[in-house]
Amino acid sequence: MQKFDYVIKDEVGIHARPAGLLVKEAKKYQSEVRIVKDGKSAVATKLMAVMGLGVKCGDTVAVEVEGADEDAACEGIKAFFESNF
Amino acid sequence: MVKFYGKPVYKGIAVGSVVVLKNEDQKVKRRKVDSPEEEVAKVERGVKMAQEQLQALYEKAVVEVGETSAAIFEVHQMMLEDEDYLDAIYNMIRAEQVNAEYAVAVTGDNFSEMFAGMDDDYMKARAADVKDISNRLVQCVSGNQEDGLNFKEPSIIVADDLSPSETVQMDKKKILAFVTVHGSANSHTSILARMMNIPALIGVPLDLDKIHSGMKAVVDGVQGEVVFEPNEFVCEEAERKIKKEQEKLQLLQELKGKENVTLSGRKVNVYANIGGIGDVGYALENDAGGVGLFRSEFLYLGRDDFPTEEEQFQAYRQVLQTMGEKKVIIRTLDIGADKQVDYFNLGKEDNPALGYRAIRICLKQPDIFKTQLRALFRATVYGNLSIMYPMITSTEEVEKIYAIVGEVKEELRKEQITFKDPEQGIMIETPAAVMISDKLAQMVDFFSVGTNDLTQYTLAIDRQNEKLDDFYNPHHEAILAMIQMITDNAHKHGKWAGICGELGADLELTEKFVKMGIDELSVSPSMILPLRKRIREIS
Repeated sequence: MQKFDYVIKDEVGIHARPAGLLVKEAKKYQSEVRIVKDGKSAVATKLMAVMGLGVKCGDTVAVEVEGADEDAACEGIKAFFESNF
Repeated sequence: MVKFYGKPVYKGIAVGSVVVLKNEDQKVKRRKVDSPEEEVAKVERGVKMAQEQLQALYEKAVVEVGETSAAIFEVHQMMLEDEDYLDAIYNMIRAEQVNAEYAVAVTGDNFSEMFAGMDDDYMKARAADVKDISNRLVQCVSGNQEDGLNFKEPSIIVADDLSPSETVQMDKKKILAFVTVHGSANSHTSILARMMNIPALIGVPLDLDKIHSGMKAVVDGVQGEVVFEPNEFVCEEAERKIKKEQEKLQLLQELKGKENVTLSGRKVNVYANIGGIGDVGYALENDAGGVGLFRSEFLYLGRDDFPTEEEQFQAYRQVLQTMGEKKVIIRTLDIGADKQVDYFNLGKEDNPALGYRAIRICLKQPDIFKTQLRALFRATVYGNLSIMYPMITSTEEVEKIYAIVGEVKEELRKEQITFKDPEQGIMIETPAAVMISDKLAQMVDFFSVGTNDLTQYTLAIDRQNEKLDDFYNPHHEAILAMIQMITDNAHKHGKWAGICGELGADLELTEKFVKMGIDELSVSPSMILPLRKRIREIS
């Protein structure tokens, strides 16, 4: 499993549209991508669950990637977070 | 045939079929089913249909309002693909053996409650999105094709009440009339109805469960009545009145191209109030001498994030280019009070009309203000732009505005972006601004009186409170004395003064205003020619 922590810099947090883009990004990979915040976790391919985490600006989330292509997936998702959140 | 009475806000007549818009959730009944798999298949087909509708809406919105604003439909599409949401629906159908509509409605409520319960205003507002997609899905599943705001034929819109963003979303060509149960004469729906020449009745005591889409109706904005399922006689009578109205309009058309001049030769500028790029056409059709009030907040409404500088610039440029040499007065952001936008996170106020709104937001959050000013200054080179600042109460506010304007100009110079120095004026809509109008006139290029707010602040009457409509006397002598004072102080310092509130279109007062020395009247496009007719009759 690959893992990284990320502090959200976007003013409104993981809001609807970028969350939707994240879903699209996560679906590119075979690996399962999980977003963890305060012990709650959501699979990144599930839009409402991701939005339901209520991730706000300044929050730290842990991103866990597990599966066959986890190295590439982790790198891709990390780059996505950096340019969108 | 059933007849109801209401308060007319625009005196026109319409005959057509009804579209009922219901804010409340659709009433879905729980039914036990024998074959859950058939219901699951129904949901699957419904999802497909809903996705197609959303795709069509998205494409339409991209063309009409741009990609950023259209993104909401893309998000709705993604929500409809959500595995948890769909699994919850399928599980419920299978476990409880219930009908598809019911499972969708209940699941929608559950997910929407999850968002409503979050401690984040932005996410709370997403509850409405979940409701929206669930309602759409229920409609698709049940085969009820009526798609809310997107009706196919020109129709009479019947609703409990309409929000400004709902009214904005509708295709104006397809609205024959508005009939609402609630709403006040000064609400935005009413103002929009007047602007678009659409007959409208408010405060009509209807039972919306008894009115159905597809019913025929006659709306008479002169008598203040609406008749559902009218008999032949009523229809013929209405058609006859419509014809008469059209003849009157025809006569007014003959006034096109004529000057706004009294018999004794005094000229008055008659400009148009507009709320979006789409209204520029109405303004020109009605022979407006310019735009006296462009309500820029319409760029901020009906979306879920701030409009970018580029989006605003494109909108302003388009209006300026369309109007050519004619003056275009753009009012900076006037959000707050009755115009709420979720992403501003303004919070709930006990007294929004006296609260955090308009220039107050711009001065407290200069980033928002600067983005708009940059877009405006960049647009100056494309036409004859004037900038107008709303809700001014002190000279210090004007100084602060000028300081920020100075910074913006400096930035643009550094970036080597060309601009012209526009005329800068202020709205006079607080009693404070009236009392210091002598000083303010020395600082700005023009005054424009916002009579709606000035009246509510002077008479201490909440515009949104329909109970107070009887106390709201727009002809109150205090207001007229104030307008005289404002005009005199402007002229004393060689500046001009106009009126852009509803009062400017009040033909009973036109003569009084002209005699007071008012230089400009800015009114709904539909009122330009009647106002010209009135001015030309004054001795």
